[in-house]
Amino acid sequence: MRNVYLASMAVIAAVGLVGSPLLISGAPLEAQMGFIQKIFYFHVPSAWVMFLGAFLCAGGSIAYLFRGSERGDRLAVASAELTVLFGVCVLITGPIWARKAWGAWWQWDVRLTTSLLLWLVFVAYLFARRYGGPGARKLAAGLALFGAADVPLIYISVSIWRTIHPKTTVVKTLGAGMRAPFWASMLTITALFLLLLELRLALERARARLDEAHLAVEDHLE
Amino acid sequence: MRLLATTLLLVGKDVRVELRAKELVYATVFFATVVILVFAFAFWGGERPPVDVIAGVLWVTVTLAGTVGISRAFEREREGDTLRAMMLSPAPRVAIYLSKLVAITILMTIVEIVAAALVSLLFQLDLTAGLPRLAALLLLGTLGFGAVAALFGASLGRARSRDVLLPLLTYPLVVPILIAGTRGTVALWRGDEAAVSDFWLRFLLVFDLIFLLLGFWMFEPVTRGES
Repeated sequence: MRNVYLASMAVIAAVGLVGSPLLISGAPLEAQMGFIQKIFYFHVPSAWVMFLGAFLCAGGSIAYLFRGSERGDRLAVASAELTVLFGVCVLITGPIWARKAWGAWWQWDVRLTTSLLLWLVFVAYLFARRYGGPGARKLAAGLALFGAADVPLIYISVSIWRTIHPKTTVVKTLGAGMRAPFWASMLTITALFLLLLELRLALERARARLDEAHLAVEDHLE
Repeated sequence: MRLLATTLLLVGKDVRVELRAKELVYATVFFATVVILVFAFAFWGGERPPVDVIAGVLWVTVTLAGTVGISRAFEREREGDTLRAMMLSPAPRVAIYLSKLVAITILMTIVEIVAAALVSLLFQLDLTAGLPRLAALLLLGTLGFGAVAALFGASLGRARSRDVLLPLLTYPLVVPILIAGTRGTVALWRGDEAAVSDFWLRFLLVFDLIFLLLGFWMFEPVTRGES
């Protein structure tokens, strides 16, 4: 079952990674922004999986913190790494677009600031896990949970402070020619995310089994 | 009631330790002084910087000094292994969290009084007009900051590279507090209508409540096994 899931995600991601660029290059140019608008096909799906990763990490952390679920912890660390990875994509593609559209690499806009801070929280999560020493897993789980709960607050506070980012409602107003490449990109990036997540989880599971085997041998030798 | 009594007992312990050592207050106050001086040297070029900048100086100083103080406070606990002793005691974890929060707030209030006075002096700013509001902003800001810092400070007990991790974990989370605090202070010093700073005050109050609830909820599971 797991292999079928893995294989289908791999196929969708592979087909999408070949096919989407063709669709994207065939899509009509946006009237005002021209070519630079095409970055949107990468930027929006990356942002979506970044938030998906953060959500999964928080969910896994809750299971780990309150029920001691090791599976939850594995899900949390795998999705935290992907959140940081796709966050890098978001934070690179965003400013490239902004330079052209707003004339500045960075603006203290609500979505930008919230994404940046969310990304920072998960960088801190990975830091805590790697360099935190004993007890760091609990600490990191607490951070993920606090971070996920904090994101709406950051959003609200910055949006009162200032906002200029295009609204998510642009998705609904997409021209007919842009819809297909957009949803193809969404599907591709999501499949890629799920594929990487499953591979990373498999690695964590293998690591857990190795630890168990190690302990069993030690018990045996004693 | 027992919770309150235990909390007060634990706060009393922290205060007594500090009254004997006087280490935290001196270190943190002097750190804040140095930070404000650095800002004054960096920003003072003949004309007075805009109040936005001065409000930023005050809040950044308080945040930096806060982390230094809290880091040091938990370091002292670790050296004496007293945090572990507290966790092993029958005191409820919530009381431990609450006592740390109160102790942090007391320490930072002292730092804030000195910092605000210094900012007023070095940046030639008259603070008397909106003083009660400024005090309320700082107090609420400290509570929110303390709610986060007490949670992570206590759970960083045995972690390596604690000094780097505490700010790394705390700062991104307290950004809403910093924004609200700075904006409220700017509104106050710019002489905007009282409604503006009142708005940010209410904002801080709501944030504090959420942060405190999260802290209470998570302190027990996060520090479990930390004994």
